[in-house]
Amino acid sequence: MNEKLSRRKLIITGLAATAGLSGLAVAGRLAARHGLIPPDCRGPYGAGETLTYAAHRLLTRHSLAREFPRSMISKAPFANGKPPEMEAFKRLQAGGFADWRLVIDGMVAHSGSFSIRDLRELPVRSQITQVTCEEGWSYIAEWIGTPLSQVLAAAGMLPQAKFVVYYSIEAAEWWDSIDMADALHPQTLLAYGFNGGDLPVGFGGPLRIRVPRQLGYKSVKYITRLTVTDNLKTFGKGLGSASPEGGYSWYAGM
Amino acid sequence: MADSAYASGLVGSTSSPAGRVAGAAVRHTATVRVTHWITTLCFLALVVSGIELVISHPRFYWGEEGNVNTPALFSIPIPASRSSVRTGYDYVMPDQNGWSRYLHFQTAWIAVATGLWYIIAGLLSGHFRRNLLPSAADLSPRALAAILVGQLRSKPIGNDRTYNPLQRITYLFVIFAAFPLIIWTGLAMSPAVTSAFPFLVNVLGGHQSARTLHFFDTLFLSFFVLVHILMVCRAGFRNRMRGMITGGSAEGS
Repeated sequence: MNEKLSRRKLIITGLAATAGLSGLAVAGRLAARHGLIPPDCRGPYGAGETLTYAAHRLLTRHSLAREFPRSMISKAPFANGKPPEMEAFKRLQAGGFADWRLVIDGMVAHSGSFSIRDLRELPVRSQITQVTCEEGWSYIAEWIGTPLSQVLAAAGMLPQAKFVVYYSIEAAEWWDSIDMADALHPQTLLAYGFNGGDLPVGFGGPLRIRVPRQLGYKSVKYITRLTVTDNLKTFGKGLGSASPEGGYSWYAGM
Repeated sequence: MADSAYASGLVGSTSSPAGRVAGAAVRHTATVRVTHWITTLCFLALVVSGIELVISHPRFYWGEEGNVNTPALFSIPIPASRSSVRTGYDYVMPDQNGWSRYLHFQTAWIAVATGLWYIIAGLLSGHFRRNLLPSAADLSPRALAAILVGQLRSKPIGNDRTYNPLQRITYLFVIFAAFPLIIWTGLAMSPAVTSAFPFLVNVLGGHQSARTLHFFDTLFLSFFVLVHILMVCRAGFRNRMRGMITGGSAEGS
């Protein structure tokens, strides 16, 4: 009786383990096909990161970040960090950023560049959203700019594109990327305006990407270049952005 | 008939593997023991990584927004890991937020899965009804006061095989209020989660309120763990540890 039971148990356990493992393998395949695997999915924290990113993509693909009434705009927003100290930035700033260029290349039909004035010609969208820093602090502000999707459309983004990589003027230190759910999201802006005026240098002027459904560090300041791609492996160490190279997660919706 | 032998014990079901330990009755089922220790490890990882995250901004606020330019509700008098936070110390701690955030969220997944396992198993086996739900008579203020007075007078703790009503209320509160609240307030800080489910943060009064409540709930849970360990020591550390590790409590029976 006892032996029989243990044999049956063994068979059931074996079957369950096989089913579990093949289930995992199938889930992994499906997840990869539907873009649910983040570029920093390896390493000791890859499993948790993949679960978070996949869950968020399944639940929040089209949802809009909370917007606030004008009366809630912060009277004391915090401009984190210092403007770039490099000569090139100071020269552009002295010229009122008239010569600032946003280059777009990669998987687009027409590579090229935009001045801030060119961007102002494109459709405008403004949003009053909260900047939430991974450290815990936050502020509410109005951001004015052109949706990233408009710039991608103007450049003729190719249908196989999966990610948009973006670079600060301090490109070695500050570059990042987002998937198409965020790149084509209506609230993702190339922002040149702030609280009714021009975007101050402290807050990322003349041009900052605003990704309001992710933490502040994804909203990189001083944007000079966009590269559209279907594969993040060829950028930097292949982890999707400078953040995982510095120990921070690529996806920052949490 | 076998059931009655365990009716007053802490075992959910006599058919569990733990129920067959030779001789003595079993204090905790395998499910309770395994989920208890996974949760213990998770709690440790979450508190350590949580402390690291607080160090980057040891200021707390109420409402929607808050930063170094706005007054704090309160702040913790420790050096910060960011030079932008004026703490009064000229020392800036090393930044540990990268791995802390990764560890915090990975552990949260394990903790939530373990909690669901425990709760579903507990509902199916009658663990909550049998071992944790206090009876109406037990809930009279006089009965509860008597237990509290007994504890404070350091009355020796017998080798009870059931939880007293005060323990039952505390465990139920931790399982069904404090843990859900810590998950809720954690999710309410996520800009992506709140884009899909804005009520999660709106009913708490805003992003910063969620963060502050998350902190207070952590304090409460840490206090619970401290008292819990203290009580285990008072009741007999070795015996209680054996009960939670092997399930057996040979000496006590």
